[in-house]
Amino acid sequence: MNAREEVLARVRAALDGSTPPPPVPRDYATTGTHPDVVGLFAERVDDYRAQVHRVAARDVPATIAGLVGDGRVVVPAGLAPPWVPRGIVDTGFTALELDEFDAVVTGCRVGIAVTGTIVLDGAADQGRRALTLVPDHHVCVVRADQVVETVPQALHRLDPTRVLTFISGPSATSDIELQRVEGVHGPRRLDVLIVG
Amino acid sequence: MPVHAPAGVGHLRGTQSFPDAARGALADTQLRRNLGGATATIRAKRQAVVDEVDDWEQLREAGSALKADVMARLPELLVQLEENVTARGGVVHWARDAAEANRLVVDLVRATGVDEVVKVKSMATQEIGLNEALEAAGIAAWETDLAELIVQLGHDTPSHILVPAIHRNRAEIREIFLREMPDVDPDLTDEPRVLAMAARAHLRRVFLRAKVGISGANFAVADTGTLSVVESEGNGRMCLTLPETLITVMGIEKLVPTWQDLEVFLQLLPRSSTGERMNPYTSTWTGVTPGDGPQTVHLVLIDNGRTAVLADEVGRSALHCIRCSACLNVCPVYERAGGHAYGSVYPGPIGAVLTPLMTGTTGHDDPNASLPYASSLCGACFDACPVRINIPELLVHLRAKGVDAERGGIPSGQDLAMKAAGWAMGSPGKFALAERAAGLSRVLGRGSSLPWPASMWTGARDLPAPPTETFRQWWARERG
Repeated sequence: MNAREEVLARVRAALDGSTPPPPVPRDYATTGTHPDVVGLFAERVDDYRAQVHRVAARDVPATIAGLVGDGRVVVPAGLAPPWVPRGIVDTGFTALELDEFDAVVTGCRVGIAVTGTIVLDGAADQGRRALTLVPDHHVCVVRADQVVETVPQALHRLDPTRVLTFISGPSATSDIELQRVEGVHGPRRLDVLIVG
Repeated sequence: MPVHAPAGVGHLRGTQSFPDAARGALADTQLRRNLGGATATIRAKRQAVVDEVDDWEQLREAGSALKADVMARLPELLVQLEENVTARGGVVHWARDAAEANRLVVDLVRATGVDEVVKVKSMATQEIGLNEALEAAGIAAWETDLAELIVQLGHDTPSHILVPAIHRNRAEIREIFLREMPDVDPDLTDEPRVLAMAARAHLRRVFLRAKVGISGANFAVADTGTLSVVESEGNGRMCLTLPETLITVMGIEKLVPTWQDLEVFLQLLPRSSTGERMNPYTSTWTGVTPGDGPQTVHLVLIDNGRTAVLADEVGRSALHCIRCSACLNVCPVYERAGGHAYGSVYPGPIGAVLTPLMTGTTGHDDPNASLPYASSLCGACFDACPVRINIPELLVHLRAKGVDAERGGIPSGQDLAMKAAGWAMGSPGKFALAERAAGLSRVLGRGSSLPWPASMWTGARDLPAPPTETFRQWWARERG
């Protein structure tokens, strides 16, 4: 028997004659009841020491310009062009080349209010995963209509066959005496623009 | 016959019994101070975020039932996972045990032609001793999780599932960095921020040049073939995203049936482990995604004793564990003895059941045979467990199995004590007699230890002072 057949045979033998478990209870909450989901999202993102900016659509380019300053900015190919006029479009830079950028600006797929999480799915306005990982500063634009209240609502909106990255605040560690330190290997700065 | 994890490979068995190992740890006041502070902090954080969730108990019930369902349908779900990973361009491998898994991974790395890999912290690869196997094959393995790096550079072993360097304080970590990082600033202070930035600088170049990444997986979704890694530092994202080849090593029990089922575990895990509403980063990937991340993706599914756990219908629920470490942080025994005393990469209450179930035990001289006794059975672990593993019940089950296995030989101290208790409790008259004898001990002396052989019991426990009056005496006086 090869390893696959042997492991599967062992699993079947181990289960032989055992009683089937009861059905899975699904009485946990899947939707929320918060009166101001976008406000909750803003509060919870801020709680993670990410910077939150609530802006009107027309103010997005100026807000981004103020945040990235004179730094070199990389953007995914499908990002709304007027947002970052100085942005350099990603043409498949190597990791070392990406490391030369100061900031990256992207959109997102879903925001989760309860946990203060943004989820990227690699669509054209978000780009491949390395883009939001190597530069030290990530500016993420979230439309108010992309924000849902709960984790179940978010998973329902997401396509699992895409590569997904759930981001809750800047990179952080608590490995030294459980003291939280922001910014280890991922971006040390996260700005979230909530539009609308 | 169930096949246990083999001895001599990996890290599932220490050299000392728990009481012997714990005795050394108890004498280390620095260790106890480090652990006491860390576990108190994390307990408070966890409680605060768990209290926010109105449907926490419903989520725990769902998590528990989902895992029971996974175990019952494991053969079909594993095959389904394999089909979906393969259909999306991944390659699935199976390993009967640690040695086979190590051989597989070494061969996969060799086939890429490189001699170094970056690793995101993985309990499965620690369990099988993959780093040692890679080193023996001339392949350098860089641990990239900060705590795991501290352990690796300190030539140490992890002592906690979530915070492997929980036993180290900032001064000790500074010493390790100064000694082991060739390019570190000699004026390094012991501020956690400064130490974390030193680790960032140290690993940055390694990440950017890495060709092969090795990970574990927190969850694998059977109906889509999706794998996921839950982490905080971004080292996981680096390992999963930048290399050309990704090798994921995962125990066969880490499945969830459907994508939507992740909604339960993504709520339970972060709050239970780091005490956060959500961990900073969760990555999911399904096979190969053209133009994004590694273009060669492997999944190694390992048994290594898990089917032996599965074969024990009571012990099976130990496989529900999602490695959050909540049970460690609330355990009074773990807090005092520390993780190394358990001798396995799985310490604490869950380790005390999972480890001996995986390895089996060879009699009472086997260090792992002592693990089911490394508990006061206080039940705090059961209350904290996000998937409701009844660890106290499993501990008692394993103790009973241990006693049953040794029946027929020379009676042990435990056998004699149980026989005596059985005789005393056999009739009301005998029990009254025993109560009077216990009361008499107040007169005879108030020492905290008993003479041999009962000294083996009082060596690890305080002898309670008998009450001035038994219940029966009180009853006779008040109501008689």
